[in-house]
Amino acid sequence: MAIKQKTLYEEIREAGHSRRDFLRFCSMMAAYLGLESSGVAQVVEALENNPRLPVVWFHFQECTCCSESFIRSSHPIVADIILDKISLDYTETLMAAAGNQAEEALHATMEKYHGEYVMLVEGSIPTENEAYCCIGGRSALEIVKEAAEGAKAIIAWGNCASAGCVQAAKPNPTGAKPVHKVLKGKTVINVQGCPPIGEVMAGVIVHILAFGRMPQLDRMGRPKAFYSRRVHDTCYRRPNYDAGLFVESFDDENAKKGYCLYKVGCKGPVTYNACGVIRWNNGTSYPIQSGHPCIGCSEEGFWDNGPFYQHLPSFPGFGIESNADKIGLGLGIATGAGIAAHFLATNVAKRKRIKNEDIVINEK
Amino acid sequence: MDMIKKTRNVVYVWEFPVRLYHWINALSITVLIATGLLIGHPIGIHLAPEASMTYWFGWVRFLHFAFAFLFFFNFIFRMYWGLVGNEYSRWFNYIPIRKKQWAQIWAVIKSDVLLLKYDEESKPIGHNALASFTYFLTFLAFLLQCLTGFGMYAAMSQSWLPKMFAWFPHLLGGDMMTRQIHHITMWFFILFAMVHIYLVFYHDYIERKGTVSSMIGGWKFVDKDDK
Ligand code: HEM
Ligand code: SF4
Ligand code: SF4
Repeated sequence: MAIKQKTLYEEIREAGHSRRDFLRFCSMMAAYLGLESSGVAQVVEALENNPRLPVVWFHFQECTCCSESFIRSSHPIVADIILDKISLDYTETLMAAAGNQAEEALHATMEKYHGEYVMLVEGSIPTENEAYCCIGGRSALEIVKEAAEGAKAIIAWGNCASAGCVQAAKPNPTGAKPVHKVLKGKTVINVQGCPPIGEVMAGVIVHILAFGRMPQLDRMGRPKAFYSRRVHDTCYRRPNYDAGLFVESFDDENAKKGYCLYKVGCKGPVTYNACGVIRWNNGTSYPIQSGHPCIGCSEEGFWDNGPFYQHLPSFPGFGIESNADKIGLGLGIATGAGIAAHFLATNVAKRKRIKNEDIVINEK
Repeated sequence: MDMIKKTRNVVYVWEFPVRLYHWINALSITVLIATGLLIGHPIGIHLAPEASMTYWFGWVRFLHFAFAFLFFFNFIFRMYWGLVGNEYSRWFNYIPIRKKQWAQIWAVIKSDVLLLKYDEESKPIGHNALASFTYFLTFLAFLLQCLTGFGMYAAMSQSWLPKMFAWFPHLLGGDMMTRQIHHITMWFFILFAMVHIYLVFYHDYIERKGTVSSMIGGWKFVDKDDK
C-alpha cells in the first residue's frame, strides 16, 4: 500500500499554520543551531521538499520529563506538528493505539522505513536484570538493539538515556545504562539535561531533517551547537562571580541583590548547557535567574557529585557531610602530629650523633 | 665520649637549572595552592556593592592561570633536564627499577623513618632512593594537576596549549569529577610540602651535609667514600 508521502511543509499548512509562521519557525531553528543566515533558506527548502521523517520514540526507565519539556517547546509548530501530527509513529505515552496495535505500528514503521527512521530514546536501560523494564513482553535491551539496527540516527533524550541519570546513581540497583553504552560502535546523539530544553530537542531533530546528517558532537556525544559552553560562561550573574560578590545563604541580602550562587553550590562552572542563552519555558527564565544554583543536570553522574547546595562534592565513602577539604585538613593535622612525634623521637634516638660529631671540612 | 672525627669533601650536586627549577616550582605551587583554595572557598569580601566596580575574584583566577603556565613550562623543563643534567638529576634516579634502589629504600626506612640505626648506606650524595621515589610520585601528581587543570581551562580558552588537554575531562566523565580530582590533588601537594620541608631540615640536622643550603648554592658536604 503506497501512500504518497506529504512533506513537512504541507502538513504544517494543513494544520492551519500560515507560511509566515512556518518561516518564523525555520529562522528560529536556524538561529538556535547557530547557522548563518543562508542556513535559514536551507532549513526552509528541506522542510518544503523532504518527505516527513519517520520517528519512533521509546520510553524505558524514565519519568517522561523529556517529553514534557518537548511539548512545551516555545514554538507551536514544534508541539503541533513534529510531535502530534507528522512524525511520531510510535511513542507509548502519547499515541492513541495501545497493546498489540501499538506494537504493530512500531514494527510496521521499522520495516517500511528500514534505514530511514529516527530512533529517539527516553530513559535508561537496565542490565542487572533485563526484566526490570519490559514492554510487550520484551526487554528494553532487546528492543533498543533491534530498533537501532535500522535507524538512520539515534537520539538519546535527556540524562537518563545519555548518562543514566538518577537510576544509575550509586548504588544503581537496576544496573541502568545509557543508550551509547549498550549500543557499542553506533553513534548516539546525547541531548543532555534533566530534562533537555525543548528548543534544543527540536533543534536537533530539525538539523537531521534539514541536512540529513548528524549535528557536530562533542566528546560526550552532545551536539556542539548547544553544549559547547558552560552555563557559567553565558550566565548573566557572571560579573558578580568575577567581582567576588557571592550569595552566602538563600535568605541573605546578597541573594536579593542577585549575586553569584557559586557558594551555595552552583555547578554552572562545570556544566555544559545552553540554559543561559535559550532559557526555559519560552525563554522566560532559567534556574539561576530564579535564584537557584545550577545542579549540573546535563552532566554525567551529577547525582553522585552532590550535595546540590555545596560547592565541593562529598567525598566517596566518608558520608554526605565530608568533602575533600575536611579530609585533607584531617590528614594535614595527622601529618603535623607525625612530624612532631618524629622530631621528638629523632632527638632521643640520635642524641649521641647530634651532640658528638665533629666535622672538618676540606675544600677540594 | 666517643668523638667522631671526619673529613668531608665539598661536592657540587645541584646545578643552577635544577635549583632554579626548584624555587620556581616552590613559588608557583605556593601561589597555586593559595589561589586554588580561594577559588574553592571564596571569602566573602564584598569590596563594592556592584559587580562593575571590582574584579578581585577574577584576578585570583588570573593569578592561578598565570602561575599554572609557569608551573607547566617549568615542569617540562625539568623533564628535559632529567635527560641532560648531571648524574644526580638524571631521570633514572627517580624510578626504582634496580634492586639497589629497593635495598636503599629499605635502608632509609630503617634509618630515617623508624630511627633504628644510622646507616651510611642510606645516605648517597644526591637524593636517596626513597626521596627520589616520592619525587617521582610528585611528578605524576604534577602531570595529573596539569591534565585536570588545563583540561578545565580548555573550555575557557582559544589557545592551542589548553586545547590540547580538552580530551582529558571526558575520560573522567566530565568537568565535575575533573574539578573534584584537581581539588583532591591539591591536598597531596600540601601534605607533600609539609613532609618535604621537615625532612630537609631533619637530614641537615642529623647528617650535617648541608641539605638545606644545597638547594641554594648547589654544594653538599660529603664523606670521602660517599657515592
Ligand atoms: C600545584 C598545582 C595546582 C594546585 C594546588 C591547584 C589547585 C586548585 C584548586 C584547589 C582549585 C579549586 C577547585 C575547586 O574547588 O573548585 C583549582 C581550580 C582550577 N585550577 Fe588549579 N591547581 C594547580 C594547578 C593548576 C594548573 C597547572 C592548571 C592549568 C591551567 C590549573 C587550572 C585550574 C582551573 C581551570 C581551575 C578552575 C577555576 C575556575 O573554574 O574558576 N590549576 N586549582
Ligand atoms: S550563578 Fe553559577 S553559573 Fe552563574 S556566575 Fe555564579 S557560579 Fe557561574
Ligand atoms: S541551570 Fe543547570 S541544572 Fe538547571 S537546567 Fe540548566 S544545566 Fe540543568
